[in-house]
Amino acid sequence: MKHKKAKKYGMVINLDKCTGCGSCMVACMAENNVPFRKDESDKLLSITWMRVYKLTNGKPFPNTDICYLPRPCMHCEGQHEGHSPCVTVCPAVATDYNIETGIVSQIYTRCFGCRYCMASCPYKARYFNWWDPVWPDGMEKYLSPNVSPRMRGVVEKCSFCFHRYQMAKEKAFMEGRRKLKEDEYQTACTQACPAGAITFGDLNNPNHAVYRMVKPDPKHHGRPTNPNAFRLLERLGTNPKVYYLSSREWVRRVGDNYLKNESIAKKTVHQG
Amino acid sequence: MKIDRRSFLSFLIGGAAGTTLSPLTWKLMDDSAIWTQMWPWTPVPEDGEASYVNSACSLCSGGCGITVRKIDDRAVKIEGMKGHPLNNGGLCILGLSGLQLLYGPTRVWTPLKRVGKRGRGRWEKISWKGAVSEVAETLGDLRKKGQSHTAGIISGSDRGTVPRLFDRFLTVYGSPNLMRTSSIIDSYELTLHLMQGVQALPGFDFENADFILSFGSGIVDGWGSPVRMFRANSTWCNTGGKVVQIEPRLSNTAAKSDKWIPINPGTETALALGIAHVIIKESLYDAEFINYYSEGFEDWKRFVLDEYGPDSVATITGIDSATIIALASSFARASKPLAICGRGQGTTPGSLNECTAVHALNALVGNINKKGGIFAVAEPDYINWPEVEMDARAAVGMQKDRLDGAGSKKYPFSRHLLNRLPQAINSGEKYPLKALFVAGANPLYTMSDSKAVKKAFDKVPFVVSFSSYMDETAQNADLILPNHAYLERYEDIPTPAGMPKPVIGLSRPVVKPLFNTKHTGDVIILLAKAMGGNIADAFAWNSYDECLKETLGYKWRVMVEKGFWSHPDFFVQTHEESFDTVSGKFEFAPKETGSLKQFKPVKIEGDKTNYPLLLIPYDSIRLANGVVGDPPFVMKSVDDTVLKGTDVFIELNPKTAGEHGLREGQLAMLSTPVGKARVKVHLFDGIMPGLVALPRGLGHTAFDDYLAGKGINFNELIGPVEDSVSGLDAAWGIRVKLAKA
Repeated sequence: MKHKKAKKYGMVINLDKCTGCGSCMVACMAENNVPFRKDESDKLLSITWMRVYKLTNGKPFPNTDICYLPRPCMHCEGQHEGHSPCVTVCPAVATDYNIETGIVSQIYTRCFGCRYCMASCPYKARYFNWWDPVWPDGMEKYLSPNVSPRMRGVVEKCSFCFHRYQMAKEKAFMEGRRKLKEDEYQTACTQACPAGAITFGDLNNPNHAVYRMVKPDPKHHGRPTNPNAFRLLERLGTNPKVYYLSSREWVRRVGDNYLKNESIAKKTVHQG
Repeated sequence: MKIDRRSFLSFLIGGAAGTTLSPLTWKLMDDSAIWTQMWPWTPVPEDGEASYVNSACSLCSGGCGITVRKIDDRAVKIEGMKGHPLNNGGLCILGLSGLQLLYGPTRVWTPLKRVGKRGRGRWEKISWKGAVSEVAETLGDLRKKGQSHTAGIISGSDRGTVPRLFDRFLTVYGSPNLMRTSSIIDSYELTLHLMQGVQALPGFDFENADFILSFGSGIVDGWGSPVRMFRANSTWCNTGGKVVQIEPRLSNTAAKSDKWIPINPGTETALALGIAHVIIKESLYDAEFINYYSEGFEDWKRFVLDEYGPDSVATITGIDSATIIALASSFARASKPLAICGRGQGTTPGSLNECTAVHALNALVGNINKKGGIFAVAEPDYINWPEVEMDARAAVGMQKDRLDGAGSKKYPFSRHLLNRLPQAINSGEKYPLKALFVAGANPLYTMSDSKAVKKAFDKVPFVVSFSSYMDETAQNADLILPNHAYLERYEDIPTPAGMPKPVIGLSRPVVKPLFNTKHTGDVIILLAKAMGGNIADAFAWNSYDECLKETLGYKWRVMVEKGFWSHPDFFVQTHEESFDTVSGKFEFAPKETGSLKQFKPVKIEGDKTNYPLLLIPYDSIRLANGVVGDPPFVMKSVDDTVLKGTDVFIELNPKTAGEHGLREGQLAMLSTPVGKARVKVHLFDGIMPGLVALPRGLGHTAFDDYLAGKGINFNELIGPVEDSVSGLDAAWGIRVKLAKA
C-alpha cells in the first residue's frame, strides 16, 4: 500500500530534440545559487549540476555526427530502493534517498567533504567546493532564498529542484489539496528548455508523460521497454531515474561501455 | 614514575579503547562539521515576499517574453513567459543569465566624462545636467557652423520608439547619418524591395513549413528569434518536417538536421541556381504562380537552364549531381517547402545575389505570402508622430549625402551601410564625422576589421555612448550617458525580424534603477529641449514614458496586462495585392540590378599561395556576440574544446592538421591579410578539410574579468568585402595561413 502511494520522480530527455544550447545548465545555476569563478575552463573544477556533454560518432568527414547529452544527477534507485552508489558510502548521512519521491538529497550542513560519494558516483554528477563562493559586489542580490549557498569543503549536486517540490506541496496544502498535478512540480531545466526536450514527472504514474515515453519495466528496476530509450551505464545496475531517447543507434551505444563488436545488451547484469 | 613496557602498552591500549568508546571523538567530529559552517563565509540570501513581473528580453533582437521572480525588491530569477507567442515558457542561455548583467560589475553607474587620453579608462563623474548641456553645446556649435550633417548615430535597430526618437532628433537637427547595425535582414529587405517592390521585413512561417532548405542558417545556433527557432525545430521533430542544412561545417544545426550537405564555402548561390535548374527542367515548379504572378521568368529560366546544369554546379559546389537532383526534387515535391539564407546567426548580410537566388527558389514553388512560406511583413504602424518641422539648417543638412553611401548613385537601394563607415572616415573622401552617438550597439567589437574601426573612431572628435555596460565602445567614448539596464526601463520591443505576425513586446521595470542612470529616450527629449527652437518643438513630450504611452494608445493597456500585443486581425495578403513592382508581379530578374541573376563568387581577401587555407567563423548560442558579451554563467557553459584558460581553439580537420604537422591542443599561429592570432588546435572531423573555423563572441577587451582577455575576436582577423549591388558586407571568410607557434 505504502509503495503504491510513493512517487518516483524521473526525467526523460529527448536527445533528438536537444540542441545543446545550454539553457538547462544556466537555468539550473540561476535557480540553485551555483557559484562561478573567473576561469571555468577546467571542467574538473567547474561546478555544473547539469552538464551538457558533446558526443561524436568518431567517423571521418563527411560522415561525422554529433549529439548533445545533458547530464543531471541520475537519482539512482540502486538494486533496491535507496541503494544508490553515493548514499551507501556516505559516512555522515549527508546524502539520502527519499522514499516518498525517489530523490537523492544532499544535506550541505552534514557534509564534511570526504568525497567518498564523488568517487562512487559513476556519472560524475557530484562536485566539490574547493573554494568559498565569491560573488562580485552587488551580485549576491540575485541569490534565491530557497536554496542555501554552499561553502568551501562540501559536496553539491542536482537535487531535482527539491525546493520546488516543497513549494508546490505547500501551495497544494494551502489550497486544501493532497495531490500535485503533473505540471505543478517541474525542475528549472525542464521549464527553461527552449526545445522542450526535457520531460519530468512521476515514473510510478502510468498517466504521466515520462511513464508513457519510456514504459519502465517494474520487473527490471524500471528498465525502459521503449526501444529508443536508454539509461546511462545501464549494466552497472544503478537504475537511474533519468532516461534518454534517441532514434540514432550510435548515440544509444555511447550510453554504455560496449565492446567493439558487442550488440546492445538485452538484459542487465544484476549485482549484489 | 617509571614507565615500563607493561604500563606503556596498557596506556596505549587503554587510551585507544577509551577514545573509541567515548562519544567525545564523534561528537567533536560532528561539531566541527557544524561549527565550521556556522560562520558567515557564504551569504545568506534574505527571504521575503515572492512575486512575478512580466517583461520582455532585449538582450538580442529575438523579443522573447520573460517572467522575473522577485523576493521583495530583488530580482532572483528570469524565466520564459508562458503563453508568449514567441517563446512560450522557454528561454535561451543568455536571457536566463540576465540578472548577472543587471547586478554585475560591468554596469556604468553614473554619467562619465573622459579624463586624459581616450581609452585609458580614466573617468570623472558628471551630473546629468552637465552631461546633457555638454552634448547640446557641441551639437549646437556644429549646427551653427552649418555642419549639422557631420553628426551621426550608430544604432542597433531602426525600429521601436527609442531608435525612432533618435531618427526624429537627427532629422530635425539636420543630419542624414543614422546608421543601423547590419545583418542578413538588410539583404532580405533589399531582396523583397527588388523582387516584390515592397518595403518590408521577411516573415517565415516555420511552424507550418514541412521542408526547410537552409543555406547555412544556424536554425538552432541563434539565427532569427532564437527560442522561436528552437521550438520550430522541435515541432518538425513531432510533425515529421524535414530540414536540409547546407554548410561546410557540422554545426549544431547541421547535426540536428535530417540531412547535412557539406558545400564548398561561398558557392551557395550556385547551388540555389542548380536546384532551380532541376526544378524548371523537371517542371516541378508552381505553374500557376509563375504564369500569373511573376515577371521575367522566361529570361531567367533560359539563363538558369543554360548555365547551371547539375554537373557544372557539382564542380563549383563540390556536391555530386545526384544529390543536387534529389535535393531539388524533394524540395519541390514537399507540400510546404521553405528556403532560407543568412550564415550562422545571420550577423553578416552576405551577397545580395545569394539572397535573391534563394528567394527565387521560394517563388518557384510558389510559397510567397502563403501558409508555411515566406511573407513580406510591413511594419506595424503604431508610431504615428506628427511630422517634424525642419528649419533651413536642418533642410540643408538632410540634403547632404550619407557618409556611408547608402542611397547614393552607387548603392541606390540600400538604406544602411555601416560596414562602409570606417573606410569613409579613414579616407576622408566625403566629409569628416565630428560627433557620433552610439546606442544599442557595440561597433568597436562587432564590426569587422577592428583595427580600421578603431582608427576611424579615433578620428571622430566627439563620441557619446549610451550603453548601460562598460563595453568596448563605451571604453573608447568621450562621454557615457548610461541607459537604465533592460530590466529597469519601459520600452517597446518591436516584432522580431522573421516573425510572420506582428508581436510587440513591452519591456518594463522589474526593479527600480539601481544607479544614477537615465532612460535614453528621456535623454533625447532633454537634449532636444536644451537645443531649443524647432528641435525642442519636435519633442513635445515631458518624458519618455509619456511618449511611449501616448504612442501605443489602446495597445498600452493590453501590453501592461499581457506583456505583449499581437495583431488580432492579421490576414494573409492575396497574390494580387502582394507585389508592388512596376509589373505588379514577382520579378525573377529585377531590371535595376542588371547582372544580379548571375553567380559571381564573392572575392574574399588573400591569395592562395600565401594563404593556403580558408578561415570561417562559427556561431554558438553559448557565445553572445552582439551588444553584450557572455555573462559568467554563460562563460561557464563554454566547452573546454572551445576555450581553455585564455586560449581559444580553432577547429581543424585531422587531415588538414596532419598536413600542417599539428596535433590536438597544440599552439598555432593564425595569420590572415588583416591580422594575426595565437590559437590552439582542436581536431574536429565535422569540418571540411582545408578550412579553419574560429568561434565568434570571444576576445573581448571590455566587460568583466570573467569574459575579458579570453580568446580572439574574429573581427580582428577579417575585413568587410563590399557587395557590388548592395554595398553590404558580403565576406563569409578570409584566406589564412597556419603555422606552429
